[in-house]
Amino acid sequence: MPTIYIDNKPFDVKAGKNLLEACLSLGLDLPYFCWHPAMGSIGACRQCAIKVFKDEEDTRGRIMMSCMEGVKDGMRISVEDDAAKAFRAQVVEWLMTNHPHDCPVCDEGGSCHLQDITVMTGHNYRRYEFKKRTYPNQYLGPLINHEMNRCIQCYRCVRYYRDYAGGKDLNVFAAHNHVYFGREKDGVLQSPFSGNLVEVCPTGVFTDKTLKEHYTRKWDLTNAPTVCQHCSLGCNTISGERYGKLRNVVNRYNSEVNGYFLCDKGRFGYEFVNSENRITQPLIRNRTIEAAGHDAVMQHVRTLVSGHTLIGIGSPRASLESNFTLMELVGKENFYQGITDDLVYIEQKIVDILQSGTIHTPSLKEIEQADAVLVLGEDIWNTAPVMALAVRQSVMKTAATHSTEQVPLPAWHDNAVKELMQEDKGFLANITLLPSPFDEISTVTMNAAPDDIARLGFAIAHILNPSLPEVPNASEALINHATNISKALQQAKHPVIITGTSCWSNALIRAAFDIAAALDMNEKKAGLAFVMQESNSMGLAMMRASSFDRVVANVRNAANVTAIILENDLYRYIPAGEVDAFFSRCKNIIVLDTLHNRTTEKAHVLIPAATFAEGDGTFVNNEARAQRSSQVFMPANKEIKESFKWLSDIKSSMTITANGHDKHPDDLMLALESKLPQFAGVSRVAPPHDYRVHGARIPRESHRYSGRTAMLANMTVSEPQPLQDDDSSLSYTMEGYRGMPPSPLIPFFWAPGWNSCQSVNKYQQETGGSLKGGDPGVRLFEQTTAAPVFSKDIPDAYTPRPGKWMLLPQYHLFGSGELSVYTKGIASLSPEPYISLSKRDAEMSRLNNGDPVNVKTNGKTYAFPLSVNESLPDGIMLLPAGLTGLEAQDWGAWVNISTVIV
Amino acid sequence: MERPLTSNIHPNRPALTLKEYEMTGGYAALRKVCSGMSPAAVQKLVADSNLKGRGGAGFNTGIKWSFVPMGDDAPHPKYLICNADEMEPGTFKDRLLLEGNPHQLLEGMILAAYAIQAEVSYVFLRWAYHKAAEVIRKSIQEAYDAGYLGKDILGSGFHLDMHLHTGVGRYMCGEETALLNALEGKRATPRAKPPFPQISGLFGKPTIVNNVETLCCISHIVNNGADWFKGLSYSEDSGTKLYGVSGKVKRPGTWELPMGITMRELIEEHAGGMKDGVELRGVLPGGASTDFLTTQHLDIKLDYKSVAAAGSRLGTGTMIVMDSSTCPVGFVHNLQHFFAQESCGFCTPCREGLPWVEKILWSLEKGEGKPEDLELLQMHTQLLGPGNTFCALAPGAMEPLQSALKYFHDDFEKHIQHKKCPYD
Amino acid sequence: MLTATEKKEIDHEISLVPFKKASVIEALKIVQQHRGWISDESVEAIAAYLEISPAEVDSVATFYNLIFRRPVGRHVILICDSISCYVMGYRPLRKALEEKLQLQMGETSADDRFTLLPNVCLGCCDRAPALMIDKDLYTDVEPAMLDDIFKKYT
Ligand SMILES: Cc1cc2nc3c(=O)[nH]c(=O)nc-3n(C[C@H](O)[C@H](O)[C@H](O)COP(=O)(O)O)c2cc1C
Ligand code: SF4
Ligand code: FES
Repeated sequence: MPTIYIDNKPFDVKAGKNLLEACLSLGLDLPYFCWHPAMGSIGACRQCAIKVFKDEEDTRGRIMMSCMEGVKDGMRISVEDDAAKAFRAQVVEWLMTNHPHDCPVCDEGGSCHLQDITVMTGHNYRRYEFKKRTYPNQYLGPLINHEMNRCIQCYRCVRYYRDYAGGKDLNVFAAHNHVYFGREKDGVLQSPFSGNLVEVCPTGVFTDKTLKEHYTRKWDLTNAPTVCQHCSLGCNTISGERYGKLRNVVNRYNSEVNGYFLCDKGRFGYEFVNSENRITQPLIRNRTIEAAGHDAVMQHVRTLVSGHTLIGIGSPRASLESNFTLMELVGKENFYQGITDDLVYIEQKIVDILQSGTIHTPSLKEIEQADAVLVLGEDIWNTAPVMALAVRQSVMKTAATHSTEQVPLPAWHDNAVKELMQEDKGFLANITLLPSPFDEISTVTMNAAPDDIARLGFAIAHILNPSLPEVPNASEALINHATNISKALQQAKHPVIITGTSCWSNALIRAAFDIAAALDMNEKKAGLAFVMQESNSMGLAMMRASSFDRVVANVRNAANVTAIILENDLYRYIPAGEVDAFFSRCKNIIVLDTLHNRTTEKAHVLIPAATFAEGDGTFVNNEARAQRSSQVFMPANKEIKESFKWLSDIKSSMTITANGHDKHPDDLMLALESKLPQFAGVSRVAPPHDYRVHGARIPRESHRYSGRTAMLANMTVSEPQPLQDDDSSLSYTMEGYRGMPPSPLIPFFWAPGWNSCQSVNKYQQETGGSLKGGDPGVRLFEQTTAAPVFSKDIPDAYTPRPGKWMLLPQYHLFGSGELSVYTKGIASLSPEPYISLSKRDAEMSRLNNGDPVNVKTNGKTYAFPLSVNESLPDGIMLLPAGLTGLEAQDWGAWVNISTVIV
Repeated sequence: MERPLTSNIHPNRPALTLKEYEMTGGYAALRKVCSGMSPAAVQKLVADSNLKGRGGAGFNTGIKWSFVPMGDDAPHPKYLICNADEMEPGTFKDRLLLEGNPHQLLEGMILAAYAIQAEVSYVFLRWAYHKAAEVIRKSIQEAYDAGYLGKDILGSGFHLDMHLHTGVGRYMCGEETALLNALEGKRATPRAKPPFPQISGLFGKPTIVNNVETLCCISHIVNNGADWFKGLSYSEDSGTKLYGVSGKVKRPGTWELPMGITMRELIEEHAGGMKDGVELRGVLPGGASTDFLTTQHLDIKLDYKSVAAAGSRLGTGTMIVMDSSTCPVGFVHNLQHFFAQESCGFCTPCREGLPWVEKILWSLEKGEGKPEDLELLQMHTQLLGPGNTFCALAPGAMEPLQSALKYFHDDFEKHIQHKKCPYD
Repeated sequence: MLTATEKKEIDHEISLVPFKKASVIEALKIVQQHRGWISDESVEAIAAYLEISPAEVDSVATFYNLIFRRPVGRHVILICDSISCYVMGYRPLRKALEEKLQLQMGETSADDRFTLLPNVCLGCCDRAPALMIDKDLYTDVEPAMLDDIFKKYT
């Protein structure tokens, strides 16, 4: 460890870092703009100036940019030097010459990096007396607002958008003090990662348009650490509330998971919490007054429950707490997953693999650090966007490492590394059904039917481990691809294989496992990552409940069935005919959910569940990392509460032994651990509810929160009694422990002098490193030395079947999500329903692009325009999955469909 | 007095053709090198000659070449680039060489490329030099046809391709790393150094960028030796130098003279002294981004060290003379307007500081200045110094300003006191 | 859409560089040569041809002084406003130009004959003041000479 002298005091710092990182990691307040921990240094803003001295004798020193100099043992620098300080203050004065000084009306005000640095450097008197330069603003779509006059030209936005995230339509234009950051013309930003501009931009140029619609200053938000609900990656988020409305979602740093960035679905998809479509009241159908109070509904439910055969259907988007409580209520044998047999089978396979311990499943950070990636069948751009962002980093970093092995340059020296590596890319093979925006950074791409993708996988596994079976009748193209890919994987030190469930193919999962295991046997640390479908798909799958098909079979002979359906719109997973058939066999249907949907329509009793923002819950992400999402606010409407609380109420109404403990989340997790040992560790996901620091709770509100009497100033100025939260150690006040909370309980990032999201630097062990005390989340499975069991059956090559179609889903980042489409902007970016056929199939059916086609499947008829897809293999019919109004299909099945031109 | 670079150039005659150039002894140096001189020997010869880069910074050319990785393991292709951007206001020396004797430059480039074993070379020419573009394009073709370019040059096994790139206008393109970005089809913003272009340059490969005049010296050094080259000079910086004078002198122009002649000789003899009715007040000795010298400095030698000792830089060696009828404030304002416009906009001090300086100077010139303005100007000259900005543009811009504030302080004061420009 | 000639010329430039997009400046120059300026459509056509985004092309195009992103007249007059010309009579020359053409800097005449633009040093400081019309350089220009000069441009 090199020692450097900062203002004559020695400090041990990490080798390979630059001086800015070293100073920030030591907790010093050194201002910066253009540097970003995830993107490195370019030396543009000149804000991070310090003095560097030649040796002990040198008293004059030289001003240098700390972000552009690496640490060297024995080096002497000064942060406090008068000339360096004066220069830093001057940089802000320069930046402010053209800044509009519009903080009072700026959304960034109060959480602005520019404000922080202005105060930090001490610039407070304006000497520039000339006219300011002004710019026009652009329309950038429904999610991001643009206010270019606030720009301080730090170049972070383009570096993030273009270099880091691979976006194409945001850039820098013009020169000298006219440089402009935006699109070449007005229009919707095309990158699904555009929302991070809001946090990357140190001032108010790019701001959150959804927040603007119900704006609140950052300091007036009530915040809690939450987990994103929109896919299986479980990105860590912070959600903020005021006056009973969820106002925004921002990134919550977790170095192992999402790092600094979210996707736009995660950031903006929160509006469902505020939706008009929320279920706000327990309902008992077919009563003159359907709305019922808590006690009335409980009384009624008791009559439906006692003496009936209870069936519970869990949910891949409900918390472990709720799923487990339902399982406890109905009994393990009566607890089912609300998903098809096929999907359950695939998910069980994944859980088996993980539980067997034969292979390592990487975190997103490990994927970033991979030096070769094979994506087998999963359209991660649409189903696991932040994973796609991580893979992009792997591709770039691998190329950078390759270049800097030849010409040594520190990794943080961003532009220099890019100039050196030019267009080099690390290895990525993207093998998917359809082309994706991802292909442009791929070394190998191939589009094929799922079985053929699996066959490619088995062929790769066979090359890696010739004792594995050879793929029969493999085409030359397949062998070529397999040879190239296996060579690259073999050369890599940390190869990662990614697959998932969205192709509805278990062969894919087996093939991916065989490759990873074969690589692992070659003594390298291969990673195998799975993408699941929902935020708690993994958690539910780990409970190993049976499929929907099984419940249908089981209720066929049972009488007096009361089904309790937990936060699950079955019509999204199961073809409508089957769901209808199931419901027709249930005598009573009790549904707990947050929003009205097709399933809730069927409920005899409908119970309003809390959303993630209104409750606590534990979710298990795709790497089997259990993570706690905390309650952001207590709904004023007391009828809305977490499903597990409702279910416990039902349980206690059935038994007399209930002691009230049943519904405490901490106790639930302990019970879960003892009932289902695969969950060992979930009780440690976050500190228990009685956790206190020096006797104090952790406040959800910052101490900058507007005075108490203004808390409910929209209604009254008398001070309300603070709400009591008995479920966690977070409090509903601005008082409490002001230091660093344990990482799973960080409700917001703030540090003295750092009001912007940049304050996260203070929470990290070193800049860009783990959070102090370790990143949140408990990984439930780890690799052991167990020997792998390879698969034996290899599917036949895919061939179209005359008169039949293989039905496959196409996922859309915007549109396929059940909840995110409640955000207007996201809905407006979602595609309209369509049907895709291959070019040949369209020609054979004499159909042209855009022709309206009638499709009859499962007894239903849909009329959608045709979208001819040149890359689609023949014989496959593609439908957009999960769009509002589109029901689930027999994905992966061969079906008879009549297509008719309307 | 020997004038190796320009003795065959006659301003009113067309450029030397390949034939004509060969008749003056052209490409003999290339033949010499190709018949058995090693790249290392060429590098050493040029280093020994103490040829200093004529692009402004004055670094020993042979030593600069020696940082290029050599040998079979070196990254390929390597590049040799002639910097013919010449956009520094007041500078017009390279034009003479480009338009008058293009093959002299080409031969120098081929030799330089040989010395570093580059495979590809570019002439990066400023857009405005249409005539030069024409002759260079033609000359490159002639050189290919004669076997001086292309594969296996003169049987030496050395290959070199050469292309002409004409710019699209930005002073920044002259800065060698910004030039690389421009050649890569990017915005011409500068790159951080290190890594130096010799290690990671054009397309990430080892690259040398040399000025036109620098490269034009090479064939003569190879032909006549290092000692001869040193002997051309009146000072410790070797060779001849193209000096130029513009402004209100009797005979503005360019002359090749021994390095180290005095400024007095240059201005009074070669440029014929000041026009009638005006007196000399100040001189920017090496282009717009150098400090003023004044009448008290007339006897200094025009070499790198002496000009530096007098508080300025030899830069490009083309002087801009400021006479007694020209307002120093207006003069400096014009310069700052140029620099503010040509700032690339990458780093804060230059992007925001220069327009501020320009506006202050303009308000002074209009008679709207205040005493505090002089402090602000002074502050900028200090804070836009080397190291504080990303590249040398802004520090260069501050050189004439800081010396104007020193030598012509009265003029600034008068603008403030009289609330108008005394020269209007 | 690029014309066949434009494509051919761009193809040549592409052949000289390691990746297509490195020839974007050359492509802009070629298209401007043929069309006088670079319209939004030209930006898109070049982007498509080089397989990069229009934003990428425009980012480069707007950086450089002599890529015209707005229409210009048949002849572009560039008057040098840098230091030697400033000393030698740029101001009266500029005034004369503006008066004779009835144009301000940056404007194009109603008949599309001339666009008047200020420009940095033209590299002939010993023959100042200077101006350039299209590719023709005029040095030691006095206001009285302008009428004769203009006659050559219709
Ligand atoms: C803003 C700026 C503009 C420059 N313009 C030129 C130029 O037009 N021509 C030139 O030869 N060098 C120019 N230089 C210097 C080059 O960066 C570089 O030092 C030079 O081309 C090296 O050649 P030499 O070693 O032969 O002198 C410029 C430097 C700066 C900072
Ligand atoms: S000093 Fe800064 S803004 Fe100015 S030209 Fe250099 S990099 Fe660009
Ligand atoms: S943070 Fe160091 S120059 Fe911008």
